[in-house]
Amino acid sequence: MTATIEELEPTRPPARALALRPSVREALWGLVFIGPWVVGLLLFTAGPMIASLVMSLTDFNLVRPEATRFVGLDNYARLVSDPTIAQSLIATFKFALLAIPLTMAASLGFALLLNHPKLAFKGPLRALVYMPVMIPLVASTLVWLGFLNTETGWLNAMLGSLGLPQPDWINSETWVYPALSLIGLWGIGNFMLINIAGLQSVPTELYEAARMDGAGAWTQFRRITIPLMSPVLLYNLVIILIGTFQYFTQAFVITNGRGDPNNATLFMNLVLYREGFIFNHMGYASAIAWLLFVVVLVLTLLLFGFARRRVYYAGGER
Amino acid sequence: MTAVARPEGRFLSDRSPVARSYRKFLGRSSILMLALIVISAYLLPLLYMVTTSLQQPGQSTTPGAPVWPAAAQTAEYEGGKFPVFAVPMPDGTTRQLVLVEPGRESSVFIDPQDATQARIEWQGRWRTLEQAWTFAPLIDNFTTAWDQLNFPRLLRNTFLIALLSTIGAVTSSILVAYGFARFRFRGKNALFVVLIATIILPFQVTLLPQYVMFTWLGWNGTWLPLIIPHCFANAYNVFLLRQYFLSIPRELDEAAMIDGAGPFQILRRIIVPQSIAAITAVALFHFFFAWNDFFVPLLYLASKPELQPLAIAIQQYNALYATQPTLIQASALMAMAVPVIVFLLAQRAFMRGVVVTGVEK
Repeated sequence: MTATIEELEPTRPPARALALRPSVREALWGLVFIGPWVVGLLLFTAGPMIASLVMSLTDFNLVRPEATRFVGLDNYARLVSDPTIAQSLIATFKFALLAIPLTMAASLGFALLLNHPKLAFKGPLRALVYMPVMIPLVASTLVWLGFLNTETGWLNAMLGSLGLPQPDWINSETWVYPALSLIGLWGIGNFMLINIAGLQSVPTELYEAARMDGAGAWTQFRRITIPLMSPVLLYNLVIILIGTFQYFTQAFVITNGRGDPNNATLFMNLVLYREGFIFNHMGYASAIAWLLFVVVLVLTLLLFGFARRRVYYAGGER
Repeated sequence: MTAVARPEGRFLSDRSPVARSYRKFLGRSSILMLALIVISAYLLPLLYMVTTSLQQPGQSTTPGAPVWPAAAQTAEYEGGKFPVFAVPMPDGTTRQLVLVEPGRESSVFIDPQDATQARIEWQGRWRTLEQAWTFAPLIDNFTTAWDQLNFPRLLRNTFLIALLSTIGAVTSSILVAYGFARFRFRGKNALFVVLIATIILPFQVTLLPQYVMFTWLGWNGTWLPLIIPHCFANAYNVFLLRQYFLSIPRELDEAAMIDGAGPFQILRRIIVPQSIAAITAVALFHFFFAWNDFFVPLLYLASKPELQPLAIAIQQYNALYATQPTLIQASALMAMAVPVIVFLLAQRAFMRGVVVTGVEK
């Protein structure tokens, strides 16, 4: 042993690292710099993902980890038969079908309005629409909760003075979805700004040419704005979709995590929170997490499949 | 009307300079009006919050009370306080009078403006009269919520958590973005795709094992799970910073390299000073993400009031005092004050950052 080291020692140059080929050295430095992310990826993403897959095949719980048993696909079988899961999937989809189009339309509408060539004070006005994004979700939900209150809120007072029906927004199984969608409108800031940037990237010559051909505002919007904006709209749609399926805070705040009324706001993430952290069924909760992942993945892939036919990329095929 | 015959007369009037500038002004002001109306409606709940937070407790449920913060008007009479009503007089006018002797079918009022305090006999039931209200904003809601929430402690906790996790997130993201922007190595593009893919990955699939891991490490009930995972760079920040670093000319790096600077020195002396704008945007984003985060603190700090940030404390406060909207709205206003003020001061940095990450991907 000692002999080999003594043998090698004299042949090794004093500063070995400096003698590396430049390309190798560059690669090593690159790995040093991205190192923190790689470590984080392994520790907090890849490792836990594998662990969560394994956990979903067991009846693991934190109180008695030593009693963990391998249960195969039992947790997944339970997913199929559990009425709460079906209920929460339906609730999540109902909410998504209402909130996603509303968010998309509102963020595009605000972008069109606040990018209007004749509008003055664009900067401050955009900042005002963006501002609610900065409000802590708990605080903004509490503000809306007061605003939508049946007895003392302003919305119903205004609806009443116009002679319109005054729904019981938060306590009705039907109206709680529109209520949450309204609350969600305060989160459109990012999408609006991205839409504005998208609108600004549409070449003005196209509109001029269309006007020459006698196209009206609506035709220009349908035939130029929407197709050229489609990559931006798709990006927003994907982000909004993912956000909707991870929905938690607002639903938690309006009923303090109970999922009222009648489980109408027991969205998938709330079920996961309840099973994993309140009931301590961590194996089952892991299976719910994977169900959520698969649902989001399938929907995203469907969107991209649809996009391949309908989204126009100015730079050709991507 | 002269040379070219236009089919529609409208075009002709368009051409007169007065009509054109008038139309232009009308177009500009009407679009501004529309924007202001829409944005006012959009932000109306904020006005509700401010108004309610200044109201007397119970005002919103009192019949006949106005929307603005108000107290029932009273007046002094012979050493006592008496309520003021809007009294319709026989001559058709309505006067603000002080009710001093309520009676079943007729009551005695006095006029508070009248120095002689002459008694006015009024026929009718005083209970049908409308109370007079005075503007009376109440600051007590804020002081009460401040004390009950132990607000200074919440501010300190929220600030420290946000600051520490921002330092970790920004530092690590700068390093990683620099690695992706300036060095060639095998598999870099694949790794970058993995990085971007983590945006789509729902955090739920890593949540439970992370929770188990942190609990076993003894970190449950501390700030560590809120800070440490952010010290390993995240996709949004890296993306934004890398995009910015790529726009810095490589000649600057090379000149520094000839002067004998190593990669760390190039990062510190060239890249970072050139990208202060982007770094500020990332830092602000992360700071307020951490300031506003609810789910992770809920998992790890729900039972530790002394370590909780604002978001958790406000939610629990609402669960306790949901019947007192004045206190809840005051607490919401206090929770949003810092992020909203900082945003309004630094809005350009924020909004530019959004566009860079969102569009150039």
